[in-house]
Amino acid sequence: MQKVFAKPEALIDTTFHFCPGCHHGTVHRLICEAIDHYQVREKTIGIPGVGCGVFLYDYIHIDVCEAPHGRAPAVATGFKRVLPQNVIFTYQGDGDLGAIGMSEVVHTANRGENITVIFVNNNVYGMTGGQMAPTTLLGQQTTTSPYGRDFQTDGYPIRMAEMLATLEGVAFACRVSLHTAAHVKKARKAVFKAFDMQLKNMGFSFVEFLSACPTNWGMNPQQSVERMEEEMMPYYPLGTFKERTAPDYL
Amino acid sequence: MYYDVILSGFGGQGILLIGDILAQAAMMEDRHVTWMPAYGVEMRGGAANCTVVISSETIGSPLADRPCGLVSMSKPSLLKFQDKIKKGGLLVVNTSFVEEDLLTRDDLETICLPASELAFQEVGQHKMANMVVLGAFLAASSVVDFKTVEAALESLFQEEKQKLIPPMIQALHCGINYREKQEV
Amino acid sequence: MRERIMMRGSVALAEGALMAGCHYYFGYPITPQNDIPEYFSQRLPQQGGIFIQAESEVASINMLLGAAAAGARAMSSSSGPGISLMQEGLSYMAGSELPGLVVNITRIGPGLGGIAPSQGDYWQATRGGGHGDYRLIVLAPNSVQEMYDLTIKAFELSDKYRNPAMILGDAILGQMKEPVRLSDPKIQHLDKPWALRGARGRGPQLIKSLYLKDGEMEKHNWHLQEKYRKLQDADTLVEAELEDAMDILVVSFGSCSRIVQSAVRLARGKGIRVGMIRPISLFPFPGKTIYEATQTVKKVLTVEMNTGQMWDDVRLSLSPGCQARLMARPGGGIPSPLEILEEIENFVKAGDHVAKSVC
Repeated sequence: MQKVFAKPEALIDTTFHFCPGCHHGTVHRLICEAIDHYQVREKTIGIPGVGCGVFLYDYIHIDVCEAPHGRAPAVATGFKRVLPQNVIFTYQGDGDLGAIGMSEVVHTANRGENITVIFVNNNVYGMTGGQMAPTTLLGQQTTTSPYGRDFQTDGYPIRMAEMLATLEGVAFACRVSLHTAAHVKKARKAVFKAFDMQLKNMGFSFVEFLSACPTNWGMNPQQSVERMEEEMMPYYPLGTFKERTAPDYL
Repeated sequence: MYYDVILSGFGGQGILLIGDILAQAAMMEDRHVTWMPAYGVEMRGGAANCTVVISSETIGSPLADRPCGLVSMSKPSLLKFQDKIKKGGLLVVNTSFVEEDLLTRDDLETICLPASELAFQEVGQHKMANMVVLGAFLAASSVVDFKTVEAALESLFQEEKQKLIPPMIQALHCGINYREKQEV
Repeated sequence: MRERIMMRGSVALAEGALMAGCHYYFGYPITPQNDIPEYFSQRLPQQGGIFIQAESEVASINMLLGAAAAGARAMSSSSGPGISLMQEGLSYMAGSELPGLVVNITRIGPGLGGIAPSQGDYWQATRGGGHGDYRLIVLAPNSVQEMYDLTIKAFELSDKYRNPAMILGDAILGQMKEPVRLSDPKIQHLDKPWALRGARGRGPQLIKSLYLKDGEMEKHNWHLQEKYRKLQDADTLVEAELEDAMDILVVSFGSCSRIVQSAVRLARGKGIRVGMIRPISLFPFPGKTIYEATQTVKKVLTVEMNTGQMWDDVRLSLSPGCQARLMARPGGGIPSPLEILEEIENFVKAGDHVAKSVC
């Protein structure tokens, strides 16, 4: 019998701690597929931020270093400068990357650090229990925006991929979604592209995943993917915002 | 042997440099030596000064509250430091920039010399005034030998900067001679 | 023996770091330590090393964390406000047991404060500084030679104990020039099997400070404490000038100890029998040396350029029955040798009953 689908080698054979309907597990898997594809498991170092993704080391069979909240891109900079031949990626959520770690990610991108940043945008702080994130949509209720996010007090949701795409140091910036199988396939391509960019020393690569957090959205998984299509995608358009074809030193 | 001196003036007069030369020479004579610049807020208004301590023993404080000597190349520096000089100490003043009537101490050995004019006459450059002043200071204090100072210049100015050494030595001797003539 | 060369403290420190094999510097400008990053920005590229001017001290310390986790000797430097911003990262480094060097050319605080020499960051440096139950290895040079020597030492101790180290200096030590011998000691380099360089030929490794399971974190804390105890036993650094039948013992560290040295000489010239203890490692603190010395000398004067921070550690170290006095100059004030001499004389003359502070 022909085997058409298997667990990636880099993925540890265990049960995710993620909630039902959460997309973190999918993102983990896509990273593992890229690691397998490029055969870089033995030289990849993952740097999770603080949030639901912090337990990366329980699921991916690679070296992992924890970073303080928001600082993963700075930690990754330290790694990459010492180990330029290794594959270095960060794994960050909305609060980690778009709020407390905004400075680090922007300047790391601007320096064109040859690393990959995986950004899971689910509109909410997951691990701390559903507080408002910089990406929370206007009107969205969270535990710290109980009346719905109001731009007059909370400002507007931040579009990270577009913002980073404006920086000269960025080689690749895109936004993908995980709400259908077809989109997961596109997302897979984006992760491969980001790893490929790093292996070709093209500079900073960034993949933003629209993802669901059913638990903190107060929805079931089915409602969650519908929300992604109906509410998230109109505000957060999918696409590639920057793709360099040659490294900037050429 | 212990000697501490404050070298003071405006930035650009080469004050820190003559401190470096003096410290280098002291080190070459196997002395203990410290060179401590004023920095930051103290440099506001363009002031520049440094303290050089030379000793045959290990040096404690690199600062000088009651210095044995003061070299002053600007009015503010004279006003700031002249009261601090130890009784019987040495004061060298560049009168090209400082009026003599500002001098208030009569318990010091004081050398007043128009160093900028002397430097211009001697080597054609006003900016060599610092070396003239250093020469007068060395002649009066004898803290290091002139020959060592010349050797210090050789080690501080190398390659293309070597061409600066002869006029510096010339200006240094101009200061030395000025002090020696004054003494006679 | 190498010849002596005149060198600025900050340059000696940088050369010490290079000698120790530190090829990575990450930092953000702040006065009065800018000549350190400036020097590294020129020197490191010549050595095949990396200099990065980070976007903040927060980023600097985390770049250092990353480089250290990759197994490299790396450092950063800053002053007061910048060191405060690094505390989060330092706590993570201590928790993750990562080595690395941070230099604090202390300025005056609190707040934006001022840039004159100060020792006001003693508590921050020696108590950990960030959150949680940890310490830094803190070395306090008092000469340009020590800026070189102790920087090398700090890297060695930091690797040995897998704990971040700090050089605590100030603008006097950073700006001063003195003759230095750039000795070429045999530098200790330990293997770092814990470093992350990719899981080649071994299973994946993890560097972390998060422990959520029952009892794990308590165990980890006791493990760190055990390390600090070993550090205390094996690598406490102190300079002690003691004699028989001392009238008084003076304790001071860093740049201030140089001024105290001048005062002590003046006092000895007047026939006063003065002992002097200079803690070189502020953590581990040489409490044992002070305890033993104060079994005979009963008057202890602490002189420091803050409101009395090391004084805490001195008082915790005294033998019973000592009188302890503090001469404190915070906010950029620098005591003169004559002022310290006066304090020494007054204390020696004072009867037991008039001592200002008695322990």
